[in-house]
Amino acid sequence: MTHSADLSRHRDGAASALPETASGHSGLDHEEPLIFELDSPGRSGADWPEPPADATSRLGTLARTAPIGLPGLSEPQVVRHYVRLSRKNYSIDAGLYPLGSCTMKHNPRLNEKVARMPGFAELHPMQPPATVQGALACIDELATWLKTLTGMPAVAMSPAAGAAGELCGLMAIRACLEDRGDAREIVLVPESAHGTNPATAAMCGYRVESIPADARGRVDLAALREKLNDRVAAIMLTNPNTCGLFETDIVEIAQAVHEAGALFYCDGANFNAIVGRVRPGDLGIDCMHINLHKTFSTPHGGGGPGSGPVVLTAELAPFAPLPTVVQDGEGWRLVEQDAGGKSFGRLKGFHGQMGMFTRALTYMLSHGSDGLRQVADDSVLNANYILASLQDVMTPSFDGPCMHEALFDDRFLKDTGVSTLDFAKAMIDEGFHPMTMYFPLVVHGAMLIEPTETESKASIDMLIGTLRHLAERAKAGDADLFHEAPRLAPRRRLDETAAARKPILRWRPGVMEAAE
Amino acid sequence: MRYLPHTEADRAAMLRTIGAATVDELFADVPASARLSAPLDDLPPHASELAVERHMAALARQNLSAADAPCFLGAGAYRHHIPAAVDHLIQRSEFLTSYTPYQPEVSQGTLQYLFEFQTQVALLTGMEVANASLYDGASACAEAVLMAARVTRRHRAVLAGNLHPHYRDVVRTMTRYSGHMQVDSAAPVLGDDLDGLAERVDDTTACVVVQNPDAFGNLRDLRPLAQAVQAKGALLVVVVTEILSLGAAMPPGDMGADIVVCEGQSLGNPLGFGGPYLGLFASREKFVRNMPGRLAGETVDSDGRRGYVLTLSTREQHIRREKATSNICTNSGLCSLAFTIHLSLLGERGLRDLAGLNMARAAATADALVGAGCELLTPVYFNEFAVRLKKPASKVVDALADFGVLAGVPATRLWPDAAELDDVMLVAATETVSDDDIAALATALKEVQG
Repeated sequence: MTHSADLSRHRDGAASALPETASGHSGLDHEEPLIFELDSPGRSGADWPEPPADATSRLGTLARTAPIGLPGLSEPQVVRHYVRLSRKNYSIDAGLYPLGSCTMKHNPRLNEKVARMPGFAELHPMQPPATVQGALACIDELATWLKTLTGMPAVAMSPAAGAAGELCGLMAIRACLEDRGDAREIVLVPESAHGTNPATAAMCGYRVESIPADARGRVDLAALREKLNDRVAAIMLTNPNTCGLFETDIVEIAQAVHEAGALFYCDGANFNAIVGRVRPGDLGIDCMHINLHKTFSTPHGGGGPGSGPVVLTAELAPFAPLPTVVQDGEGWRLVEQDAGGKSFGRLKGFHGQMGMFTRALTYMLSHGSDGLRQVADDSVLNANYILASLQDVMTPSFDGPCMHEALFDDRFLKDTGVSTLDFAKAMIDEGFHPMTMYFPLVVHGAMLIEPTETESKASIDMLIGTLRHLAERAKAGDADLFHEAPRLAPRRRLDETAAARKPILRWRPGVMEAAE
Repeated sequence: MRYLPHTEADRAAMLRTIGAATVDELFADVPASARLSAPLDDLPPHASELAVERHMAALARQNLSAADAPCFLGAGAYRHHIPAAVDHLIQRSEFLTSYTPYQPEVSQGTLQYLFEFQTQVALLTGMEVANASLYDGASACAEAVLMAARVTRRHRAVLAGNLHPHYRDVVRTMTRYSGHMQVDSAAPVLGDDLDGLAERVDDTTACVVVQNPDAFGNLRDLRPLAQAVQAKGALLVVVVTEILSLGAAMPPGDMGADIVVCEGQSLGNPLGFGGPYLGLFASREKFVRNMPGRLAGETVDSDGRRGYVLTLSTREQHIRREKATSNICTNSGLCSLAFTIHLSLLGERGLRDLAGLNMARAAATADALVGAGCELLTPVYFNEFAVRLKKPASKVVDALADFGVLAGVPATRLWPDAAELDDVMLVAATETVSDDDIAALATALKEVQG
């Protein structure tokens, strides 16, 4: 393996400050004011087929009288504003996103095209069922894929994101336990868990108790057994876990949990590593959410929307949220009221994230059963390749093989004066998004790298070469390089402390003028 | 497999570096009993782009698109014209395929538009601060109730009768196991659901939740209610399911609301069979540290240049874990981008014109329905109102669908137990409704009702 790219060519000549320009712009990177600062009162980028009459007089004293304060711009000004803003963002289309636990993979454009078909995009959620038979069939087809891939008999489709899926699963567990007449008060969460797990347990009224990891980065089975008793409602466990490792004792964990009368919630955020390779249902779990925006490639969109369907055992299925899709002699229909009376209720308005369903189903049909298995294989192959290629210059936290993400800690930066944060920010100047930092919490200065299966070998080799170079520079005492990073991004490090101490959460007229 | 770049030679070379003979070896930690030896044969194999598009198009064709029919459906989701620039811009790679802006140096595009979005939401609602969006209006409503409980340290929520029942149900669900919350809800009424509402407030009440316009389209003055509720130490939560109404109507902030939650779908986002949408969440500034969800804030970088970051994250789950204000992580990023671009295109004048046009279309529709023998039940409305039909509304709506007209939402679809609403239909008319659409609705209705 060679890393022959000249990775140092930007370095020596780089000044600490960018050259000043008269315009304030810097080549392709344009400084862009807030849209409120571009206002020309009375201008609009929209018009109507008929001159609108002022109908607001019909509202009498309930009419809005004072100006709202929205800026007026024409369409070309609006387009330029958002195009300029967009160029200040990193994106998976432009580069590798090594964010562990986030599964930033390629988002196929066919999915976008399908989601925009008028037969999906232009459906009102309350249309008569006879007019939406294809949409209901689509939801059911996706549900069938999810059930088959996980080996579980039921799925709740409505949760809007992963955290909503966690809430859905945990509420089903609580409803089920109460139905058994066995209300319990504790949820066990490993130290390495996503923050959403304990937050969700708290929203369900449970007390959270932590279970430690063992020296291999897995749940300490003995410690878990000690914690299990008749007050424990459930365990929430991510598998593969957030150290990027498969929980080798997972079958024993499930048995121990069930013997204690508790239920097993599996966080499916890392399903990408095992899709087509392992059915979580075969491991003894009771429910699991699936982030369609991770494993099944619906776009992250700068922070949503997501979608988090939850697969369930037959025991938990009656407690699932409404609505559900069923088929009878007259075709597909939506069940919006609970005849059996056991559903814990409704989690969101209408029926779920349909726009994510069409995209995810399109992705699944494209890959097929064989392709999804190859997704897992390549994602695991790529992470292990990174682990093997960097183990001599960085410090892997645990022995391999890993699953779809490789975990390093900051021991290799000891005595260099360079922190995990500094190291990650230096990646920005090299054209990469930083990896996930300081998570999971079970290792010091964590760096969690998930390349996903959609990166080519050449792309991964470039990441490896860059990280090797940075690790060597850090060890060579080049700490200033890291402390000053990033220097080549649209902004350098931002003062987050000041932002939180005196929050400015909106633009206000006159603020800019007052500051000058 | 067009999305997977590796050749077999690549895979072999990488395995050599790893020191493994096969990929199977990398799965050695999986219990042998759970390893699948081959692709699942009860699912189809991979398919070409053309084949997949055909399959999905066939499903789409089995639906009646609201673009192909006169559409008068509302009840929390509204069909509006979305300017072409919106969908173009949100499909920019740097917006569509970027992650949550946790690394602000390479996320200024997202962070700046969120800051602008928060400002727009605050201006529209008449509130001091707004967050960067939640999942949808209904979940935002539940978050508002939970926040009111944190702020007041009280544990009872009083819901007005004419709150959209999905919002009511999501409040019930999300408070079911959280902090011994009690939810006091009332049945829907065709008259004034504010009547007697303040009397249901006691010294354990955290908040009163009222929708304006209500689920039957009634626009009301909430100022007396706000005063009565706040005099008893509770907060007023105002729900707006049609955000466009705030282009014409007095904003909830001016009526005294403490927290305002809205469904933001109407701006920039298609009907999409119910999702993804976006929840808007605005409140008084003094409550900001109790707010759920992400907040973008202004700051400076190390060169002193203005920039934006996610801030006050000590409220959030990735920092606070079980002590967070909410478990929410992912929100509705791209939907909020569509919202903010649409609103930027409209501007002050465009929004007011569009709101006026909606009111005019709704008034023309109401006139036509009254002319067709319906009774108008909503005295002061924006673009949505209720009518009483001569026959059960669900039967009329189904029969009109056979004529290719999406007439409205039967009230009993929202409140299945309310037998007295059997002949009530909710009707919305936006700028997308033409004179021909209105004529088609009236003609078909006469045909069906006789």
